[in-house]
Amino acid sequence: MTPALVVARLTIQEASRRRLLLALVILTLLVVGFSAWGFNKITTVTRSDGSLLPAVQVTLITSQLLIVVTFVYSGVLALSAAVVAGPLISSEVESGLLLSMLARPMRRSEVVIGKWLGLAVLVAIYAAGSALLEIAAVDWATGYVPPHPIDLILYVGSEGLALLSLGLLLSTRLSGITGGVIALVAWLMGWIAGVVGDVGVSLQNQAVENVGTISHLMLPTDGLWRGAVYAMEPDAVLAALRAAGTIGRANPFSAVDPPPIEFLAWVIVWFAIMLALSVWSFRTREI
Amino acid sequence: MAELAEIPPAAAPQGLAAGSPAIRTVELSKRFGKTVALAGLSMTVPRGEVFGFLGPNGAGKTTSVKLLLGLIAPSSGEGWLLGRPIGDLRTRRKIGYLPELFRYQSWLTAREVLALHCELAPIPRSSWKDEITTALDTVGLTERASDRVGTFSKGMQQRLGLAVALLGEPELVFLDEPTSALDPVGRHDVREIIRGLASRGTAVFLNSHLLSEVEQVCDTVAVVDHGRVIASGTMDQLLSGTTVKVRATGLDGEGKATLASFGQVDDEGDHLSFTNLKAERVPDLVAAIVALGGRVYEVAPRQQTLEDRFLQLIQDEDDK
Repeated sequence: MTPALVVARLTIQEASRRRLLLALVILTLLVVGFSAWGFNKITTVTRSDGSLLPAVQVTLITSQLLIVVTFVYSGVLALSAAVVAGPLISSEVESGLLLSMLARPMRRSEVVIGKWLGLAVLVAIYAAGSALLEIAAVDWATGYVPPHPIDLILYVGSEGLALLSLGLLLSTRLSGITGGVIALVAWLMGWIAGVVGDVGVSLQNQAVENVGTISHLMLPTDGLWRGAVYAMEPDAVLAALRAAGTIGRANPFSAVDPPPIEFLAWVIVWFAIMLALSVWSFRTREI
Repeated sequence: MAELAEIPPAAAPQGLAAGSPAIRTVELSKRFGKTVALAGLSMTVPRGEVFGFLGPNGAGKTTSVKLLLGLIAPSSGEGWLLGRPIGDLRTRRKIGYLPELFRYQSWLTAREVLALHCELAPIPRSSWKDEITTALDTVGLTERASDRVGTFSKGMQQRLGLAVALLGEPELVFLDEPTSALDPVGRHDVREIIRGLASRGTAVFLNSHLLSEVEQVCDTVAVVDHGRVIASGTMDQLLSGTTVKVRATGLDGEGKATLASFGQVDDEGDHLSFTNLKAERVPDLVAAIVALGGRVYEVAPRQQTLEDRFLQLIQDEDDK
């Protein structure tokens, strides 16, 4: 096994031995259970004449509620990724844990790539597993399945990976707490900048709109979130938003179009830049 | 400062660039901003030799080890380990290292930590079991092999670090303060381990504050202060002088100053220590004390210890 894969395995093993995985599984099951119960309640809501809501209305409410639940979930994923990635390298440098390992025939790039790979596997498994469970629970409770479930998982998982990559870069130089806080604030700022961009769209003000575009390029988490929203929008909602014109586009919980292919290509380049910067930063660090 | 004499290795080297010294540096320097951590380290450590690297806190000892292992980059100068430039990955297969700041994965067992380092070394998987068993046995951790490192005392963690450094029959082992967390029994064990390494031809680079320990196991020694090697040589070369301890009363400050002609005086009231005083001058010293009005109760010439020599060197350096 190459040193990078050894480090990746060690990262996963640490998460498992420290019971991080167990905690996430228990919390996810609790959240999915409660949300299934909540979504099921939508199907039992009655109108003033005592009749149940029609299926179209149940779908509409469920789809919008699912977007809100997913937003909170993506926030938890971002928070978890930032908290776990922040001290990933810095804590091991500070404690001296990496000293004896780096005296072995392994490159520092292999440490960085191994750490990233290990956490990426964890984020991917957690994002896919918990999202599939939630989708299955909503389907069971209401009969509604988002139109593009695979895309939804990919977008939300990529959002977590983006925060993980930023946290890893920061952890090559800054302490765990500092790196984690910066990554989390960057995620929030990215989301707010996205909202500012929406305001620019609704006002048809190019300068304000550019704030959102630039923030999406610097940290693509909000852009990926918009992709996740689009993946959850039923056709009826999309049609209504398109009919509303620019006003319909000015909302962080709605998306009329999927992210452009150019943006998705940039996300791949962004990940490569983050990894390259992390490797360079760690290689030039004196430990 | 002259370089250490190059002595033929005790055992024929089997590994990388056979015949080359275990360590060779030429004017290796390191600056951290305006601070000079190491100023032109030039030395040669032959294979199979136990080399003691001494110095007060902040002298540049750990910086030197990190430079040699490629953990930090030199500001200038060059260095070679086992005949290859420092930082060479292939060389690291033949190097063991116990850091001063020893820490291992607390969520792994001792055996798993050793297996991890076997994998990174890399050692053929078929040899892992024997390697791990031998290393655990050598450092006395066999009974705790299946316990998590997080449950270990500091001393046990240092023993584990020593076991990690011994894996794969290294040709060169760096031990940075290897007994800092050990009790007297542990220190004795470490000395035995170092002697065992030397007997099979492994060079040992020993960083230590414990001078008596260094004196017992090292073939050659270098003393570093303010980032420079201020003395080096074999133990015999370094400790050639005699220290004479005298207990005398009735001497005033002026009288004691007069006695400086007999060598460097360490004045502790009625107890005076004369460094590097030859035995044939002892009667003259006693006569001089009596002539100054002093009364002599005890005269004890003894071979200079490494501690005497170390303190003398550091004091000389501070006086410059």
